[in-house]
Amino acid sequence: MLAGTIYISFLGAAGLLLLPKGSVTAARILALLTAIAGFALALTSFVHHRSGELFTVTRVPWIPTLGIEYHLAADGISLTMILLTGIIAITGILFSWNIVERTKEFFAFYLLLIGAVYGVFLSYDLFLLFVFYEIVIIPKYFLIAIWGSTRREYGAMKLAIYSFVGSTMVLIGLIAAYVVAGSKTTSLVDLAQYPFSLHFQMLAFPLVFVGFAILAGLWPFHTWAPTGHVAAPTAASMLLAGVVMKLGAYGCLRVAMTLFPLGLGPWGFHVLGLTSWRDVFALLAVIGIIYGALVALVQKDFKFVIGYSSVSHMGFILLGLMTLNQIGLTGAVLQMLSHGLLAGLMFAVVGRMVYARTHTRELAILGPMNLWKIIPFAAVTFIVAGMASMGLPGFSGFWAELMILTGAWRSYPAYALCVGFGIIIGVVYIWRAMLKAFFAETGVELTSPQPSLPPITLPERLGAIILIGASIFVGVCPQVFQNIIIPAFNSPLFEGLRKGSWQ
Amino acid sequence: MTWIVQNLWLIPALPILAAGISSLLKQKSRISAASLAIGSMAVSFLLSLCAFAHVLTNHETDQVLTYNFGWFQFGNEWLKLGWMLDPLTAVMLVMVSFVGLLIFIYSTGYMEHDENFTRFFCFLALFAGAMLGVVIANSLLLLYMCWEIVGLTSYLLIGFWYHKPEAAAAAKKAFITTRIGDLGFLLGMVWLYTKSGTLLFYDNGAGCLEHSALTHLVAQTTVYGLSISAAISILVFCGAAGKSGQFPLHVWLPDAMEGPTPVSALIHAATMVAAGVFLVARIYPLMSAHAGTSLSPTIALQVVTWIGAITALFGATIAVGQYDIKRILAYSTVSQLGYMMMGLGVGGVAVGMFHLITHAFFKALLFLGAGSVIHGCHEEQDIRRMGGLRKFMPITFAAYTVGMLALCGFPFFFSGFWSKDAILHAAHNWSISQAPYYMGAIGALLTAFYMTRQMYYVYAGSSRLSDASDDSSHVAHRDPHESPAVMTAPLVILATCAVLLGFVGTPAWPWFQSFLEGNQANFTLAAFSEAGIIPVMLSSSLLVFIGLGLGWFFYGRTPITSASAPDNLGKLQPQIYSTLNRAYFVDAIYGATIIRLNTAWSILCDWMDRWVWNGAVQAVSYLVLAFAWLDHFIDTYIVNSSFDGGCEGVSRSGLLLGLLQAGRVQNYMRVIGCALVALTIFLLWGAK
Repeated sequence: MLAGTIYISFLGAAGLLLLPKGSVTAARILALLTAIAGFALALTSFVHHRSGELFTVTRVPWIPTLGIEYHLAADGISLTMILLTGIIAITGILFSWNIVERTKEFFAFYLLLIGAVYGVFLSYDLFLLFVFYEIVIIPKYFLIAIWGSTRREYGAMKLAIYSFVGSTMVLIGLIAAYVVAGSKTTSLVDLAQYPFSLHFQMLAFPLVFVGFAILAGLWPFHTWAPTGHVAAPTAASMLLAGVVMKLGAYGCLRVAMTLFPLGLGPWGFHVLGLTSWRDVFALLAVIGIIYGALVALVQKDFKFVIGYSSVSHMGFILLGLMTLNQIGLTGAVLQMLSHGLLAGLMFAVVGRMVYARTHTRELAILGPMNLWKIIPFAAVTFIVAGMASMGLPGFSGFWAELMILTGAWRSYPAYALCVGFGIIIGVVYIWRAMLKAFFAETGVELTSPQPSLPPITLPERLGAIILIGASIFVGVCPQVFQNIIIPAFNSPLFEGLRKGSWQ
Repeated sequence: MTWIVQNLWLIPALPILAAGISSLLKQKSRISAASLAIGSMAVSFLLSLCAFAHVLTNHETDQVLTYNFGWFQFGNEWLKLGWMLDPLTAVMLVMVSFVGLLIFIYSTGYMEHDENFTRFFCFLALFAGAMLGVVIANSLLLLYMCWEIVGLTSYLLIGFWYHKPEAAAAAKKAFITTRIGDLGFLLGMVWLYTKSGTLLFYDNGAGCLEHSALTHLVAQTTVYGLSISAAISILVFCGAAGKSGQFPLHVWLPDAMEGPTPVSALIHAATMVAAGVFLVARIYPLMSAHAGTSLSPTIALQVVTWIGAITALFGATIAVGQYDIKRILAYSTVSQLGYMMMGLGVGGVAVGMFHLITHAFFKALLFLGAGSVIHGCHEEQDIRRMGGLRKFMPITFAAYTVGMLALCGFPFFFSGFWSKDAILHAAHNWSISQAPYYMGAIGALLTAFYMTRQMYYVYAGSSRLSDASDDSSHVAHRDPHESPAVMTAPLVILATCAVLLGFVGTPAWPWFQSFLEGNQANFTLAAFSEAGIIPVMLSSSLLVFIGLGLGWFFYGRTPITSASAPDNLGKLQPQIYSTLNRAYFVDAIYGATIIRLNTAWSILCDWMDRWVWNGAVQAVSYLVLAFAWLDHFIDTYIVNSSFDGGCEGVSRSGLLLGLLQAGRVQNYMRVIGCALVALTIFLLWGAK
């Protein structure tokens, strides 16, 4: 049944292309219904598989001579990600209600992207995972290049190049692993249990990890993220920040760390106080957290603030992965969910509610409009999203960051302190952006936007309420997710990790 | 366990529920708000009577009926709350709900023209519920929670006419002053919890007021050889002193008279201010816990006695110098609360509580009477501008006279006599010192004196209301009028109680005392012959007559004719009199010391905050911003340009290579030629 999420999305994309020319409303509704159907399937599975353990969805041979199978499976981690994808898909369509230019192509690309994302999260065969991973790149490029804004060709091309560089690194690593293991299977769990030599793992792990982590915005390979987010149309930014970046983090956890667990172990020597790849990536993650937050602090463009905040928040996820203890890893998965919801919400406020109305994202121009009086809903939504994103209790971000910090405290106490500093800057840049974007400073002459702004529409309100509600739900009942994420780490897939450097 | 014990919680819950519902009502729905409050109070009163009857019939069992339940768990410990029913609770329940009911009814008349009528009844009902909660609580924590709600409603009701700056200031003052006392209460409670592990009073032997916990608390000592039980008791007594307006925390109570008069009657005379006395009575086992078999009073009880005695005398002297009808009564309340505390200290629960109950009735009566007077005199509160009201308000006058005589302790026929006499008798027999007895006795004389003074000012002579017309702010030339029946009826009922209540606690038939102590009372006239009773009774009667006579001497002989004429006593000793009028300058002293110190400290902290800490924070913020700009620079010019540069390099090298493949055959031939020459030279060179 869970496989249906992929098929429905692809079918929906095909169905959209069959619609007559100019049928805007039909396209929107078809897209929304498809997304809702996908979410309904995801939610049903989520409710049915409360144990969080791995279960097979579909398994048929695909290219038997190479040992490649069409193998879909899910556990608590992928279920969480699939639920997130479903929510973001629905709200993304709600926030794209205003797209009138080539509507059906837009939603067709959109659904193609969603279907491929579902595919990545469900794949249990490396080759299949890679295929879906590549499919993601294509619609992403077109969504930005056709419907984007500010320097869209540049942003789209940069994103595509970064993605391809990353996937090439992943591909090299995967082929190497396939060959070394004897060219019989591409099954993830079989390869994960193959005893690769320490030397091989030490080389292959950073290659594959960085390959995926590029898409997760690992510093210093993050630069595609802010420009890509800014150039993308609202729904695409939401997808990019909400789920596509999670693909990278998911790949790091699901592929790189499970296939080459020994690669996380100590080198046996140290360089600048770093003794393993784990130390290196943890350091890069912490740099990303602080660096992203600092750069977000001085942006003049509202959307760049959110773009860099994504870099900062993705650093939390990568740090959580590198803690290698249960609480840190669980926190990382929870942060994937939380950041997906909140980054989506923030991009929706900036891109749809503000930019689509005022046609500017310059904080210096937005301020004097005193937008909180004209579109109070947008201001309130941003404030709530900001509070959630800075990790206030009661919202999803609190538990995620708390668990990551607790995990980090056990593995890297000094980094935990630095992260605390990053959290403080997080509060500052969110509040700065909020004040500058929605509230005129005293003494500044007010400018009224021309022509007068249309009010916030129903789909926007719905979308905002869904995302805020989801974040509060996670914040109030985190155990619903913890209960299915934690057992997932007990599957054979993570055996190497548990035996090796697990703390 | 009977129905009433299990459902005792209904008694406070009903008024609170009524408050909750009426908070949702519109301002216009006056009748429903008032009937909700009165109806819930009436049901609570009936339930209280049931509870009282239950205690009365199960009198001999001598067992505290409790109902405890777990509230929440932390670690392995359950925090338990609960309620209890013992004679003390039963008496207080009946008193609070009965007086409350009468005052609620009275308020419908008094507050008739107020536009915030609905809000008033909402607060009043919330107060009543919280006060009943204080009474039934079987846990110091539950008591504290209700205690704080009581404080909150008191704040809200004092400041009910918040548009008057005095009322707003008085509300704030009341809240802050009582909070200072509550700090001690809270500390005592926390200490008690850490030492005994429970805050339940009675819990089948495991409660903090029961034998095992008390022996444990008495055995340990803290600084100056003070036992822990005494230290905790004194801390909790701080809270009681704050609520009950004991010296030196009494300053809020006179100011609290800015609230509507029914509030003054209910909260600041009959019930809330008595909550402190009740609290001391409730934790009396802790207060009086002895280490061995020594018979002398414990340190805690000595503190209570001395504070009570000082307050009793102190309040009475100030009351002599006041002109505001409600402020006289307020200082009188302070003084009487001192008597109650003293009674608890020297004579035990029964003595103090008896005075609490009788005082609740006659002081509520006096306040309601004062309210009736104020209402009839068109919101005039200055007694110098009244006079002659006996003619205009006969019912109020009669009821007020009863209340006044009860307060003075007029012999034999009024309840105040019996309860005050019990206190004086106990003080006379106190083993530590005789001073409290003399202080109480002088206080009794002064009480009779200032009440006589007030009576002459208000009711005798001719009306001086028209004198007020000099003051242009007043509406001139309106005669005072008697209040409506809805206001006078409660007066009559309270007056009846003020007379009759005394007869349940006379030495001859000490039913009340025996009820609280769980004994059987027998009627015996022989009790009068016990040592000391008759002399104390005679001397206190004599003092009352002297007080009344002095009052007549100063104010009754020559009628007061003019509102602007100086006080007859004030003419004699103007300096002392103005000291009394200004309440010994306590407020001014606080203003010059504690408040000024606090202000200076605040200014210092503000300065530190502005310049030192803010400077540091600013410096950090600039540092962070500098780093932010640096990172921004790195991101734009290094991370990003290296990507852009790399891409550009790729495309430029593509262009360069493209030049080689431009499709011009001549170029290809030229390259081949050059290469051929180079190869030939190389081969020749190599062959050499």
